[in-house]
Amino acid sequence: MKFKFWGVRGSIPTPGPRTVKYGGNTTCIEIRTDDNDLIILDAGTGIHALAQGLLKEMPIHANIFITHTHWDHIQGLPFFTPIFIANNRITIYGSQDPVTSEGISRALTVQLQYSFFPIREAQLNARVEYKTLIPGVPVNIGKATVTPIVLSHPVLNFGYRVDCDGQSLFFTGDYEPELNIYSPEDEEYEQFQVLIEEKWQEVVTAMANVDALIVDSSYTDSEYASKRGWGHGTYTSAIQLATAAKVKKLFFTHHEPTRTDADLDAIYQTLLQQYPAVGFDFELAQEGFEIPL
Amino acid sequence: MTQLDNDKLIACVDRMPAFPKSVQQVVHLTNDLNASAKDIVRVIECDPVMTVKILKAINSAFYGLPKKITSVQRAVVHIGLNTIKNLALGVAAMGMLDTQNKANFNTAQFLLHALTTAAISKQLAEHLRLSPSECSDSFVAGLLHDFGKVVFTEFMPLEFKLALEKSNVLQMPLHEAELEFIGINHAQAGKILAEKWGLSEQLIAAIAHHHDIGGAKSALEDCVFAANQISKHLRFGDGGNPVLESFSEATAARFGLQHELPADFAMQPLIESLGDLQAIKTEAQSFIHL
Repeated sequence: MKFKFWGVRGSIPTPGPRTVKYGGNTTCIEIRTDDNDLIILDAGTGIHALAQGLLKEMPIHANIFITHTHWDHIQGLPFFTPIFIANNRITIYGSQDPVTSEGISRALTVQLQYSFFPIREAQLNARVEYKTLIPGVPVNIGKATVTPIVLSHPVLNFGYRVDCDGQSLFFTGDYEPELNIYSPEDEEYEQFQVLIEEKWQEVVTAMANVDALIVDSSYTDSEYASKRGWGHGTYTSAIQLATAAKVKKLFFTHHEPTRTDADLDAIYQTLLQQYPAVGFDFELAQEGFEIPL
Repeated sequence: MTQLDNDKLIACVDRMPAFPKSVQQVVHLTNDLNASAKDIVRVIECDPVMTVKILKAINSAFYGLPKKITSVQRAVVHIGLNTIKNLALGVAAMGMLDTQNKANFNTAQFLLHALTTAAISKQLAEHLRLSPSECSDSFVAGLLHDFGKVVFTEFMPLEFKLALEKSNVLQMPLHEAELEFIGINHAQAGKILAEKWGLSEQLIAAIAHHHDIGGAKSALEDCVFAANQISKHLRFGDGGNPVLESFSEATAARFGLQHELPADFAMQPLIESLGDLQAIKTEAQSFIHL
């Protein structure tokens, strides 16, 4: 199994000379099994560049797993060129939203409306299927197994674990570890803390021992002070997760959109100094990088 | 009156609005970017309609939970505050329960009864040294035990009015009068709904059996039963049932009470051991702003 980052930016694409190294596209990760089955995690703007390479392989069967339906994770779907071409098969997986009671099909349907896009859903030539996933229930793609888990974000968000060919990977999507909504002096504080720790254990178990852990690390600790509850993690929370889950390698992703390449390089240097011996390698996710497992 | 049509009942309840104060509060707090999470959660967990709708959404088969989620707090941890907030807003968008209804049922007094039963039930669970999660379940079970009455008020108001009147005039248990006019009582209606919503077995049992005297009961069921009697005895709000029920031998034994005595005498030592229960009433009242 191998994977490649096609988009590592959070929230909004950030093209331009100051983001050339890490890339400005929003979230998209391509996974290839040893049998060359295609699994795509999220359809941010990075999926457009991925699609260009796939045109040579057609007909294709793309299995697209959406972590959640915020724009930066679905915006590339209408630009995933294979959906317009006959004989391709596109299966889109995701959650049922508890607020709207709608399945993942809505992510594409909403975008393919007259006001927002020139082509209608009925005009897609590929065979497009939607599958609603249930947390904890694995689905098989060839020899690969993909298992979703609910991770806290302002909309229902799935983290995905992919196991195949004896290797494993976990991607959080957007995730902020739960915060205690009570103050230590509140009666409810302690019990809520117990619930938070139970959930943390569940999350750590879901990503235990993976070869590659890819984590939303939008903020530094000092930035986080004013962004609590926004739904994103920090470099520190990613390190804590990776340590608890005993992973082999950690990738920080969902780079904050105002960060330049120089900012990210500086953050990386600081992290190297701050965590000289955590027992695993870590790197900033970089668009265009392919990682064999 | 013939049997309620279960499917119709369930479909109606899906569209049922919540209590006025909580609807106003949810709209107010969710419009304020700086509103604290705990204030929002508090509003939701003090409204039986909002609570059941959130538990129903999260316990749906789509989330494949190995263990049922029984409290709003647990739902927040599992699925995130914003989703819970938006679920509550969805309930708020359905309007508010009308304070004037054809059943002449005072919904503000009902809510006070439900809230005080919930708080006393939790105190009893703590008194019995149940686990923190069982104590929190006791609150939810107390809050929801009479949910069937709100459903009757909304969907069978004329029949429920007759039951309320007969119960009041003859001083007979309301659930018996309901059987006569509606065909099922509020505990049975609550059970049907709770099962359909996928609530936990313990919550279903506590709702279903809160008027049963016989049979072995769980500690949680006993807490709800006793809290209901205490709330009625102290006249904290009004659930429409004027009759105190006797403690079974087993329930009395669980709280160290003498079951041969009339209920009001039997529960006196328990009430005293719980300390100042007026504070519970005051807190619930301040929430409802009666």
